[in-house]
Amino acid sequence: MRSDRLDEAPGQDLPRLSVPPVLEVDGLTVDFPSPHGGKRVVDGISYSIARGRTLGVVGESGCGKSMTALALLGLVPSSGRMTGRITLNGRSLSDLSAKDWPDVRGQRIALVFQEPMTALNPAMRIGDQIAEVLTIHEGLRKTEARERAIEQLRLVGIPSAAERAKAYPHQLSGGMRQRAVIAMALACRPDVLIADEPTTALDVTIQAQILELMQQLQDEIGMAVQFISHNLAVVSEIADDVIVMYAGQIVERASSADLFAEPLHPYTQGLIETLPEIGRAQDELPVIAGTVPSHYHDIPGCRFAGRCPKADASCRAVAPALRPVRLGREVACHKVS
Amino acid sequence: MTTATLTRASSSPWRLRWRRFYRNKAALSGLIVLGLLIVFSLLAAPLESFLEIDANNADLLSRFDPPSAQHWLGNDELGRDVLVRLMYGGQVSLAVGFAATLLGAMFGVTVGLLAGYFGGRTDAVLMRLTDGVIALPLLPLLIILAAIDLTKLGFSTDFARSGAASFYRIVLIIALVDWTRIARIVRASTLSVREREFILAARVSGAGTTRILVRNVLPNVIAPIIVACSQVLGSVILFEAVLSFLGFGIVPPTPSWGNMLNNAQELVTTAPALAIYPGLLIFITVVAVNFVGDGLQDAFDPRAN
Repeated sequence: MRSDRLDEAPGQDLPRLSVPPVLEVDGLTVDFPSPHGGKRVVDGISYSIARGRTLGVVGESGCGKSMTALALLGLVPSSGRMTGRITLNGRSLSDLSAKDWPDVRGQRIALVFQEPMTALNPAMRIGDQIAEVLTIHEGLRKTEARERAIEQLRLVGIPSAAERAKAYPHQLSGGMRQRAVIAMALACRPDVLIADEPTTALDVTIQAQILELMQQLQDEIGMAVQFISHNLAVVSEIADDVIVMYAGQIVERASSADLFAEPLHPYTQGLIETLPEIGRAQDELPVIAGTVPSHYHDIPGCRFAGRCPKADASCRAVAPALRPVRLGREVACHKVS
Repeated sequence: MTTATLTRASSSPWRLRWRRFYRNKAALSGLIVLGLLIVFSLLAAPLESFLEIDANNADLLSRFDPPSAQHWLGNDELGRDVLVRLMYGGQVSLAVGFAATLLGAMFGVTVGLLAGYFGGRTDAVLMRLTDGVIALPLLPLLIILAAIDLTKLGFSTDFARSGAASFYRIVLIIALVDWTRIARIVRASTLSVREREFILAARVSGAGTTRILVRNVLPNVIAPIIVACSQVLGSVILFEAVLSFLGFGIVPPTPSWGNMLNNAQELVTTAPALAIYPGLLIFITVVAVNFVGDGLQDAFDPRAN
């Protein structure tokens, strides 16, 4: 298993477009049914990520980004219902039984959390936590797994790894902890790494280090990365392609360069305008007025219409579909031609 | 810098707890007293052979003998050495205490973990069961349980009459009722640990339910378990004394502090010392255990530094 994936690995010289996607998501929907009509948190989103590529997923809090990530791991809370197709390396995950999911989790698809403090078990040594993943998935014995865990800590740039492996989470700094979390996520060399705001809880210099580390490891391991963030500056730096989510739907899809050069959807434009610029005096940062509506699935027209400066009557009446507008770009807005 | 790193590297949660416990003088003295009591009980056989006496040998010619070089605390109503019997009784009383607490804890922890982690119907059923056991009138129930004829359950008459049988019986009886407090505490802690992100993280990395319960939940509820156990231990020792005092516990001639107290009750006016010694030992033990329990509570308190 391991060896044939190594054979695939030196494929960086191939043209990017010909690489088949590792992860394909088609019409993913997550509902939370309730007697009062329920809530559709993720509404029919589709995307794919190729080997070695990074997809940025941006949007405000509460627009379904994190729920998408949990759905990919089969961890939608039991009160919710997931529909749509998820395909990993050509194998469908949607109809996986509860018994088979643990083989995918952590081994083929891994997740890095936002808060490195809470994502680590406070009562277990760092090295043991990483070793645990290896015992689960590769059936390694304790000593072997421990060796590999130390190796893994070294890989993510933790100095004196053998000693750090014996530390408890509270004995490490935030940056070190996030490195440990990444080491744990990558222990089994997953095909897909989902990073859910992995740098939000860290200060800026550490952020840069962690991003650099993630890119470097991606080059080494070649996994596809789904990078969830509301920090556009970070996404512009790390992502190849970007999808912008609003109220459970994708409103714009483009390559990272195109999106930041010329955002088409008014929501994307609003998000980019809110970024402060260094060297330009601003009395007040621009904001997008209002918040994501909480029961967004009931809105008949465009879900952003209530906050959109360009919205008119037709926007409120008819929901815009995601449609291609230029080469490699899609947007869901009536006002873009 | 180097010293700072060194102290940090050695500050595992257990060391920190021990340090906090160590600073608490009452708890530390409780632990020392408890240790001394254990040593005291374990010295029974060596002292017996050293003094060349037999604790179970009745000698009606030396009833109520005052303390002497051979019988340091004198003899009881059957002419047996009081000190050595107190020491053997300590072994029994402490062993019952630890065994019943441990057995009850194992059951209580399992119930609490399952109820807290799975919630819903599992939780409802297990917790109603716990409430039910708590609501039972204890003493009458225990008396009935203690009166069960073991030979009718298929055990041999020899076993049913032996001291071992009464030991197992009382351990089982006490464990049957003392798990509830531990189960409730474990459930409450599990409920809060379950929602922590590292549990989700463990599921994300592919851990199964059993592994999550054993490796991720249990180590994070161990503190309340230990504290609860120390508190239960005190009441168990007392409980054994009560049962033996009522004649339903350890069967004579095997001594326990409880049944020594029972034997002494009709002699309180003639030989008060026979009642005072075991009573005092029970008292000291329970106080020591409670001090240790309080100290553990403080040492494991996450809000302490």
